[in-house]
Amino acid sequence: MSNSDWTPEQPLVSIRDVHKSFGELEVLKGVTLDVRQGEVICIIGPSGSGKSTLIRCINALNTIDSGSIKVEGIEVNNPELDKLKLRKNVGMVFQQYNLFPHKTALENVMMAPIKVLKQAPDEVEERARKLIKRVNLVGKENSYPGELSGGQQQRVAIARSLAMNPDVMLFDEVTAALDPETVNEVLLAIKDLAQDGMTCILVTHEMGFAREVADHIYFTDRGVIVEHGPPSTFFTEAKDPRTQEFLSQIL
Amino acid sequence: MNAKPALTTTNTDLAVLKPFKFSPAGQVNDLLFSRWLAEFSPRSLFLIALILLAWPGFALAQSNYSFSQALDALWRWLPFIVGKGFVLNLVVSFMTMLVGTIAGVLLGLGQVSPARAIAAPSWFITQLFRNSPWLVLLFIVMLALPFEIQIGDHIYPIPDWLKAVFGLALPIMANISEIVRGAIISVPTGQWEAADSLAYSRNQTLWLVILPQCFKRMIPPWMNWYAILTMATPLISLLGVEEIVTLSRQAMEAEDNHPELLVPFFGFALIIFFAYCYPIARYTIRLEKKFAVRQ
Repeated sequence: MSNSDWTPEQPLVSIRDVHKSFGELEVLKGVTLDVRQGEVICIIGPSGSGKSTLIRCINALNTIDSGSIKVEGIEVNNPELDKLKLRKNVGMVFQQYNLFPHKTALENVMMAPIKVLKQAPDEVEERARKLIKRVNLVGKENSYPGELSGGQQQRVAIARSLAMNPDVMLFDEVTAALDPETVNEVLLAIKDLAQDGMTCILVTHEMGFAREVADHIYFTDRGVIVEHGPPSTFFTEAKDPRTQEFLSQIL
Repeated sequence: MNAKPALTTTNTDLAVLKPFKFSPAGQVNDLLFSRWLAEFSPRSLFLIALILLAWPGFALAQSNYSFSQALDALWRWLPFIVGKGFVLNLVVSFMTMLVGTIAGVLLGLGQVSPARAIAAPSWFITQLFRNSPWLVLLFIVMLALPFEIQIGDHIYPIPDWLKAVFGLALPIMANISEIVRGAIISVPTGQWEAADSLAYSRNQTLWLVILPQCFKRMIPPWMNWYAILTMATPLISLLGVEEIVTLSRQAMEAEDNHPELLVPFFGFALIIFFAYCYPIARYTIRLEKKFAVRQ
């Protein structure tokens, strides 16, 4: 299913005129954006503006009504889509961590590569321990999610996603449910990833983080992208009154 | 995943009526029976025994068949009633639970299947057998099943108690099916989504992520149904199966059907069922509390 037309020079994720409704409520009204390999983009905007829905459409957790989403040339808006194949290349981290509570931190990280990718357990364990180290959780390998703080759980969730060796990572308001003092440790883990060249799409309310890490920032409101630009200009030269209002409230 | 609702988060500052949290696992399996049974104090067992045994002593003091004679009769027949009768009740309860659990788990998994062609019939079968009178089901199975089956040259008779097992297994199956369905849908949708995003297939998600999490939750309601089932096994005496009630009646007939025998014999049956099910009910409630704390 890999599309032979796609080359790394083209956008890794290409979103074109995407529309999506939940019943009467149209949450995405023609969204278009591109993400290139190695790029970090942040999607910001008021609650209910369709940000989360948008990134959930990228790995087909939600389906779209019309338009096109291509990940490495694979069309996601396709009833014949091999979702499992798509999701092997697209990692996702959730607001509520969603770790598997009956498995230890290490097992959470190891499970998918062993069961889904059918990789050798020894090799997976070695990699999983490295990932645990990378998210700064050495010593917590055998802890169950219930024994970890929110920030620790979220970092395990990041490691769990990375264990699949995805080409792009989606972060859906991953710090929104965290205690303020644990937000930073999660952001540091994401920053480390971003600096390592991982393609990242983040829905976030952390403006300081967006300014520091993002290559490009998109501001969405009521289902459309109102304004976008690199952080150097986005925060200082916002033209649209809705963006200005949002930024004035949040900064 | 078609079976689960879409997650939409539309936030508002206005007062909102939160969706009513329907907890099917709690509703269907609220352990009413076990809770009721477990509330007896252990001493009440002796009290009940005392009342049952003493009552005919007062009521029938003037009759020529004395109470102690009745007790002697019970004592003589005890090995027969327990060794052949009550043991069969237990065998039937074990077998029924085995058959009912296997069928019920399959049916429950069918109920949560994303394929309507599987989910709809599974739901229908579950509702049908959950809401049918047990005795009617027993009679239907008793009369519908052949009394022997022929495989090649061999003819295997199907004993009545085995037919009774199938009859009782139907409502047990349906109730286990509801337990399984309730437990599965009580797992937060985030777990399904996390597994989805890690490219688990639906079956992998179910067996590796969802079921291991709800296995514990299913144990207390499952035990509750075991206790209910055990209490219901005397129903099969109406079909002529030689379990404790049937054998008690045979014993009383052998003792010339003195009416004074009724209370000691059936009282004994009551006590032995109580003594067997009471610890199960206590343990069920303890487990339920333990698991509730953990979650």
